[in-house]
Amino acid sequence: MAHFTKATGVKDWLDQRLAVNKLEKVMMSEYWIPKNINFLWAMGMVLVITFVMLVVSGIFLLMYYVPTTAEAFNSVNYTIMREVDFGWLWRHVHGVAASVVFLIIYIHMFTGIYYGSYKKGRELIWISGMLLFVAFSAEAFSGYMLPWGQMSYWAGMVITNLFSGGSLHADGFVEWIRGDYVPAQAFLGRFFMLHVLLIPLAIMGLIGLHFGALRIPHVNNQEGEEIDFDVESKKYLDGDKAGSKVMRFANDFMSKDMMVVGVFLIFFFYLVFYNYGFAMDPVNFDPADGLKTPAHIYPEWYFLWSYEILRPFNIDLGLVLFAFAQVIFVLLPFLDRSPNTCAANRRGPMFAIWFWLMLSNMIVLTSMGKLPPEGIFSTIGLVSAILFVVMWLALPIITSMEKKV
Amino acid sequence: MKNSSRRGFMGKAFGAVAAVGAVGSLVAMKKSWDPLPSVRAAGFTTLDMSIYEEGVMVTEKWRGKPIFVLKQSAKMLEKAKENPRDIERLIEIAGSHYMVCVGLCTHLGCIPAFRPDTNDFKCACHGGEFDASGMVQLVPPPRGFDIPPFKIDGSKLVLGEASPEWQAMKDSGITL
Repeated sequence: MAHFTKATGVKDWLDQRLAVNKLEKVMMSEYWIPKNINFLWAMGMVLVITFVMLVVSGIFLLMYYVPTTAEAFNSVNYTIMREVDFGWLWRHVHGVAASVVFLIIYIHMFTGIYYGSYKKGRELIWISGMLLFVAFSAEAFSGYMLPWGQMSYWAGMVITNLFSGGSLHADGFVEWIRGDYVPAQAFLGRFFMLHVLLIPLAIMGLIGLHFGALRIPHVNNQEGEEIDFDVESKKYLDGDKAGSKVMRFANDFMSKDMMVVGVFLIFFFYLVFYNYGFAMDPVNFDPADGLKTPAHIYPEWYFLWSYEILRPFNIDLGLVLFAFAQVIFVLLPFLDRSPNTCAANRRGPMFAIWFWLMLSNMIVLTSMGKLPPEGIFSTIGLVSAILFVVMWLALPIITSMEKKV
Repeated sequence: MKNSSRRGFMGKAFGAVAAVGAVGSLVAMKKSWDPLPSVRAAGFTTLDMSIYEEGVMVTEKWRGKPIFVLKQSAKMLEKAKENPRDIERLIEIAGSHYMVCVGLCTHLGCIPAFRPDTNDFKCACHGGEFDASGMVQLVPPPRGFDIPPFKIDGSKLVLGEASPEWQAMKDSGITL
């Protein structure tokens, strides 16, 4: 057995058995963060806090929710909302957080694109981040099924139908996913399992990978500057804190991080208490009815842009472009051929235009996805969808023409 | 050298055991997600076709899905006869023609609404349209309404059981 000495205190006792001092250094006190960053670098911590709120509120909802087609609707809308003391709080926290988490994810993503935080050495951070986006999308969709209202049912119907692959008519595959000819008990049961167990496990694993992928390349900074972390951290530890380009993760950076989190939480609970309606579709307050389609079926706002890419085309082309839109962001580190790691606006006009046009186009697609598919909206949606695809195809070309900054 | 080749063998032996186990588990997992026998057994519906009125759209239920039944009026039938693709979709029972279709848009499965004034169906989700025989008139839906497997039994229609008539429709591509 390894040699142990009499511990001088609780921390030393733990240190001998778990190496907590080393752990603290690696994870916190000697995990170096560049000073040259801004509040957008706090979005990761905002996401962690939002995820924790989703888990905690989810645990309380789970105690009263009944995953059967007969009971689900009432267990949410009657038991949790009317009978459980503060049940409304957990539901509204859960619903608002599920919506807001996507807003923060999009900000986090576009911050990464703007500052080139996916470039050489940081590819895995980007890829694990996009896998998290996929996992969060699956989590949001499966959770949306659970209240078993009209939107739950019909979103479940429409989205599972996507898996028939258009003209491939893989109806057997769709029935396999559902466990029935239509969304019913088997469907609700398995999506309940996915929502409360399998996907959350996957998300936690991916968060570990996302943080792990960050540890060696370190976070990017506003200039995209390559920092010698050994030299700069030595400067810091030798006492030249002002001259060093880096600071400790904890407590230096954490204090600012948590300041942003505090501001976010005030905004978040303002929504929870006074403006939760946007996260609660009125159509979903009607119980699921397999013989009545709601007049308009639309997804939650965070899926609208990809839905709008599906919509203007015939089913096969729509599905191909939809699949393209789902995977193309993952490939960003390999499609961007430029050697520059810096803010989009400083990489020359081409990429700057690409970035701002992509961001605006996503907002246009999101708006059009919400509007009924008629007249001018159809046309704008079609043009935006085509523009989205063309821009991604053009990305390798315009970035390989980019000059080294 | 001797050691490493032994380890290599042990590694391969374990790999073989694990591969068999993995395949077995995947089969079990796949089968556990299959529709249950009780779900499959409940997949038959019998309709009495004599009760329907001409030109009135009625929604029935089969396998949890809406079934559109529309006894064709003389006007609808006249229009359907102009187009072979339309008339072939209709089921003839005791001298009357019926449209019997799964009432789900073939695009993404929403339920289109019947418009009695124009005698056609309009899907609110993505704007697809179908005529009174269930044939698609306006994309995005890729084809007309699907016709469920049926068997004519006197004046009754059994849904969920394939008959030669239905098989002929399927073979000629009228339905899936």
